Amino acid sequence: MIETTVIAVQLALMAGVAVAIARSRNLFAVVVLSGAYSFLMATALAALDAADVAMTEAAVGAGVSTVLLLGALHLVGSLEAKPARSPAGPLIVVVLTGLLVVYGTFGLSAFSDPQAPIHRHVVPRYLEEGPKETGVPNVVTAVLASYRGYDTLGETTVVFTAGIGVIALLRRRKRPGKAEAP
Amino acid sequence: MRKDIVLRVVGKILIPFALVFALYVQFHGDFGPGGGFQAGVIIAAAIIFYGVIFGLAASRRAVPEALVESMVALGVLIYAGIGVAGLLLGGNYLDYFVLDHDPVHGQHRGIFWVEVGVAVTVSGVMLKVFYLFAGRGRDLEE
Amino acid sequence: MTAAFFGHFTYWASIFLLMAGLYIVIARGNLVKKLVGLGIFQTSVYMLYIAPGKLIGGTAPIVGEGFSVYSNPLPHVLILTAIVVGVATLALGLAIVVRIREAYGSVEEDDLLEADAKDD
Repeated sequence: MIETTVIAVQLALMAGVAVAIARSRNLFAVVVLSGAYSFLMATALAALDAADVAMTEAAVGAGVSTVLLLGALHLVGSLEAKPARSPAGPLIVVVLTGLLVVYGTFGLSAFSDPQAPIHRHVVPRYLEEGPKETGVPNVVTAVLASYRGYDTLGETTVVFTAGIGVIALLRRRKRPGKAEAP
Repeated sequence: MRKDIVLRVVGKILIPFALVFALYVQFHGDFGPGGGFQAGVIIAAAIIFYGVIFGLAASRRAVPEALVESMVALGVLIYAGIGVAGLLLGGNYLDYFVLDHDPVHGQHRGIFWVEVGVAVTVSGVMLKVFYLFAGRGRDLEE
Repeated sequence: MTAAFFGHFTYWASIFLLMAGLYIVIARGNLVKKLVGLGIFQTSVYMLYIAPGKLIGGTAPIVGEGFSVYSNPLPHVLILTAIVVGVATLALGLAIVVRIREAYGSVEEDDLLEADAKDD
C-alpha cells in the first residue's frame, strides 16, 4: 500500500514538472527542472525495487545530463523565443495519440500481477540458475554481463561511437598563424 | 569559483570519497546494486566536480587529455579482448566458461573484466565530452 | 474498482509523460528544449518497461537468504542499456546544436528554416 502510494505521488510530481518544463521559457530553469525530474524518476524506480536502474538514472540523468546541458547552454544562450504558432495543432495531435495508446494498454495485465507473461518464460530460469551458473548473486549483473553479454558489447560500442562523434564535431584544429581563443 | 572557500573545502573533502565510492560500486556490483555503468559515471562526475570548482586547466593537469582519450578506446578494447581470449582458449567468442579450470570461476573472471572495460569507456566518454564543451569558449557573444 | 484503477494507473501516468515529451518536441522551436523533451519521452518509456516487473512484497533482484519473491530482472537490464545510450545521444545532439549555433547564429527552428530558405 505504501509502495503504491509512493509511486503514485512520484508520478504525479513528475507530470507536474514535465508541464512546467513545457511552459517555461528560461532554459536555465528548464535544465534545473529536468535535474529534479530525474531525481523524482530515480525515487520512483527505487520504490519499484529497481535498485541498479535507480542508481544509474540518478547518476546519469541528474548528474551528467545536467552538466552537459549547462555546458551547451553556456555556448548557445539561455532564452527561448516566444512560440510563434498557436499550440492548438500539436495539442490535438498529442491528445489523440495519447488516447490511442491508452486504448492499447487495456490489453496489458494489471500492476503487480504474478501471472503476467513477463514473469513466466525465461526469467524464472535466470533467477534460479543465474547465481549457480555464474556465482554472482546480483541477477541483473549476471544477465547484463554474461547471459546478454553481446548486448552490453554493442552498448559499449555505442557509447564509444558517440564519444568519437562529439570529438569529431567539437575538436579544435590548431591553424598555423592564427591565435586560438582559450 | 576557486575563490569560494566553502566550495573548495567541501570539494577537497568530497571528491576522494566519491572516487572511493565509485570503486566500491564497481567491485561490489556482483553482490549489491552497481556495476560498470554506475561506477564510470560516478568517476566522471567526481572529476567534473573538480573541474567546475578549480577550473578546466587544473582539471586538465590532474587528468590529461591524452589519458582520457585513451580511456575511451581502452574500455572497448578490454571488452572485445575478453571475447578474443575466449576464442584463443578454445571456446566461442565471449565464452566465459573456458577462462579458468572451474567454469564458475571463469564466469566470475569474465564478468569482472567486462565490467572494468565498461566503466573505463563510460567514464572516459563522459569526461571527454565535458572537456570539449567546457573548452569551447564563447566565440559568439549573446 | 480501485484495484482496476490502480492496476493501470502507472501505465496512464507514463503515457501522460510520453505525450508531454512528444508535445515539447513538436510544439517548441528551441533545439535545446527539444532535446530535453526527447529526454522526457525516453524516461517515460523506462517507466513503462519497469513498472510491470514489480511484484508487491518482493525485493530487488539480488538473490539472498530469506527472500523468495524478486522483481523481474530482465527489464532492468534492458533499461540500464537504454539509459546510457540515451545520454550518449544527448551528448551528440548537444554537440550538433553547438555547431549549428556557430554556423547560423541562432538555435530557434524558425530562424534556421528562414536562413536555409534564403540560401536556396
